[in-house]
Amino acid sequence: MKTSYNRLLALALGFAAATTFTGCGKQSGTTQADRTENALSSYVAPGEKDEYYLFYSGGHSGQVFVAGIPSMRHIVTIPVFAPYPASGYGFDEESKKMMGDFTWGDVHHPGLSQTKSKYDGRWLFVNDNANNRIARIDLSDFKTRQILGPIPNSIGNHGSSFITENSEYILCATRFSTPLPKGRVADPKDYEKEFSGMVSGIKVDPQTGEMSVGWQILTPPFDWDLGSTGKGPSSGWAFWTSYNTEMAHETLEVNSSQKDRDLAAVVNWRAAEKAVADGLATLMDGVPIIDPAKVPGVLYFLAIGKSPHGMDVDPTGKWVVAGGKLQPSTTVINFEKLQAAINGKTFEGDMRGVPIIKYDAVVEGEVPVGLGPLHTQYDGKGFAYTSMFIDSNITKWKMPPWSDEEKKDLNKVVLDKMPTHFSTGHLVVAGSDTVEPYGKWCVAMNKLSAGRHINVGPSQPESSQLIDISGDKMKMVAEAFTEPEPHFAQILKVSEIEPKEVLAKADNKNPNAVWDKESTGVTRTGNQVVAKVTAIRSRFNPDRIEAQVGDELTVHVTNIEQTRDMIHGFGVIEQNVNVVMDPGETKTFKIKLTKAGVFPFYCTNFCSALHQEMQGYLVVRNAGDAPPAPGAAPGASLQR
Amino acid sequence: MAQIFARLLRREFRFLHKPLNFASRLFLLAAAVAIAASFFFPLWQMHLVAPQYSDGLDLYIFSYKIQGGGLNGQHLVEINNLNHYIGMKPIQQADFLEMRWMPFVFGLIILLILRSIVFGEMSNVVDLFALYTYFGIFSIGSFWYRLYEYGHNLDPTAPMRIQPFTPLLIGVKQIANFRESSFPQTGAYLLFLSVLLILLAGWWSRKEKAA
Repeated sequence: MKTSYNRLLALALGFAAATTFTGCGKQSGTTQADRTENALSSYVAPGEKDEYYLFYSGGHSGQVFVAGIPSMRHIVTIPVFAPYPASGYGFDEESKKMMGDFTWGDVHHPGLSQTKSKYDGRWLFVNDNANNRIARIDLSDFKTRQILGPIPNSIGNHGSSFITENSEYILCATRFSTPLPKGRVADPKDYEKEFSGMVSGIKVDPQTGEMSVGWQILTPPFDWDLGSTGKGPSSGWAFWTSYNTEMAHETLEVNSSQKDRDLAAVVNWRAAEKAVADGLATLMDGVPIIDPAKVPGVLYFLAIGKSPHGMDVDPTGKWVVAGGKLQPSTTVINFEKLQAAINGKTFEGDMRGVPIIKYDAVVEGEVPVGLGPLHTQYDGKGFAYTSMFIDSNITKWKMPPWSDEEKKDLNKVVLDKMPTHFSTGHLVVAGSDTVEPYGKWCVAMNKLSAGRHINVGPSQPESSQLIDISGDKMKMVAEAFTEPEPHFAQILKVSEIEPKEVLAKADNKNPNAVWDKESTGVTRTGNQVVAKVTAIRSRFNPDRIEAQVGDELTVHVTNIEQTRDMIHGFGVIEQNVNVVMDPGETKTFKIKLTKAGVFPFYCTNFCSALHQEMQGYLVVRNAGDAPPAPGAAPGASLQR
Repeated sequence: MAQIFARLLRREFRFLHKPLNFASRLFLLAAAVAIAASFFFPLWQMHLVAPQYSDGLDLYIFSYKIQGGGLNGQHLVEINNLNHYIGMKPIQQADFLEMRWMPFVFGLIILLILRSIVFGEMSNVVDLFALYTYFGIFSIGSFWYRLYEYGHNLDPTAPMRIQPFTPLLIGVKQIANFRESSFPQTGAYLLFLSVLLILLAGWWSRKEKAA
């Protein structure tokens, strides 16, 4: 049976490649009436607003993209792991410090904070697969507030960011493995013996959202993939798929695809938390590490096929669905049976002392959804939507409970297929990971746009497609193109948050903020020159900064506007600096002055009719040159 | 001739000494309440709309303060920010001397009304009306003069030079990209009402017999 599947798969892979690269992408069979109806359902007229936020991960751009649904318009980019001159991110001291020594990241799976398994609109957490980090974006102003990491004892924070039901933890699992403790060198040929993976519980302060590493669970060096957290009956549990149960260290494409099944992780995170409290963990690099062979009840394995990606808990918390990329079906696991199997020790062996749960005892069925099932989402009405990477579609199917007739032939629960363009990786249904999905919309995030857009040369964007899932049949209504590369997204109803658009003067706690002309100025202590500057339409006060070669210049700029969208920038020519201050915000940057000259600075973010005139000079004299005459700073006729 | 004059005077004298009946005193009391209530509402509103400010910027003028619309009265700051381009002096409460004495005068008028209710004579109503009308006309004149000053005292070095102007007291007017509308508000209507009530108080007792 398995071999025939695989033969089929090989054929299909070839076919998928052929269709992809001949670019037969036209959607056929849409009538003019369909087009009009679809257009209207995604049309947001000028002056009107979208109903939902779509928070895309920006992949290796290191950022988060925010779009609106149903218009699919990109609205703003939230810089996280990479500098973003457009908002001055990565140039001021605060964001530079957050980013540390890294100037990029690889954002994969955004997770909204939850209370009682519903979005609470407080934070968005995103992971960095590349440098093992995790970041928190505050939804009160859409700004990155904390970057935690590199997380100790782990490498490749891919299986993240999965939020527990009350945002107690962000759960992460490693995609790569490394010899531990970090810094130790072992030959990759000894991979199986010397390398380790890790599941991490990142603790979240319930008031401030401040993240810290809570505990970690040592795992074999499998490549942990996508996961999800439990809710309702599966409260306190979390699930991850893995690939490379073979523990191959070279040519993984082949060597990690040998077994028909890969081991998924079933983690009792509450038990892990308790084990640490009970002193059953040992410290490594400052983090309590749980060895699951020595602390039973924390980790179990479950063999599911094959090279799976998503492992998604449904809104009721009763079902967990795993998608096997190289198996033409999704595996539906019954959590009650899983619980019973654990309690009754219905195991089929162990892996390094960790029990492997008996597959047949917990599986409700394998639904023949098609080729390349990756990730499953739910609408809360009893339907599941699975992305088919190879078949290139979204398949809608019915969740259990199934009738006897359906159980006999699970083809009967597969209800609808919507072709996507092309090779859908992740998909998101609005609110799927909560107990109350919004349903209505699904966004397919496709890995290949292959000619769907106007020709932009060889460097191509990804495609995202908006699918209306409110009816029996899915309807594709809109398509958008994003920069590389959304992996997953979260959808939040616009009405659930009210971000502030202006930082009120009273809320600006920066000790270097200045609000009136009298408090501005340039002071020198040794070779430290500090300028406190205000920005307002359409001038900087002061608009001259005097310094000398060898000085370290610190500039604190406060945008003293209190009006929505009255944003000012401060760019210094030939000094590689551009900071951007939102209304009411203070930003600080430093420059080591190494060359003499007069360097204009100017407002970079267009503000007003006299924006071009909003400029000044940084005068850098050679040490020993005559300082400027006192009072030489040009006075303004208008006192502001 | 002298006789006619004396008769007229006597009639007038009699009229002024007419007692105020109960209804008139109630009207006076209502007038006092209306004046006191006006303290809690803006007297005037100036509303400025431009493409960039489609929701508009608002200035509310109370008898004792200027209040900008928006969060923390931000609209006043915004209006001043915009006005600096044409060299207009920032509008600030400290410059409005009348805002210091207006509440005092309103208090005084309320006291005079209460006095009239107790003394209950037509002459009190006449005094009140005369004083109050004078005060009202003076205030509106002074307000208009403020507007004139702001619009004519423009800094000659300002980035934008425009023809001096007087912002509109009542009505709608286009100034550059802004459409300004300026109208009395609840506070002013309460004051108008109080004048009316004082007149009514006199009217209601016009046929009373002089004591």
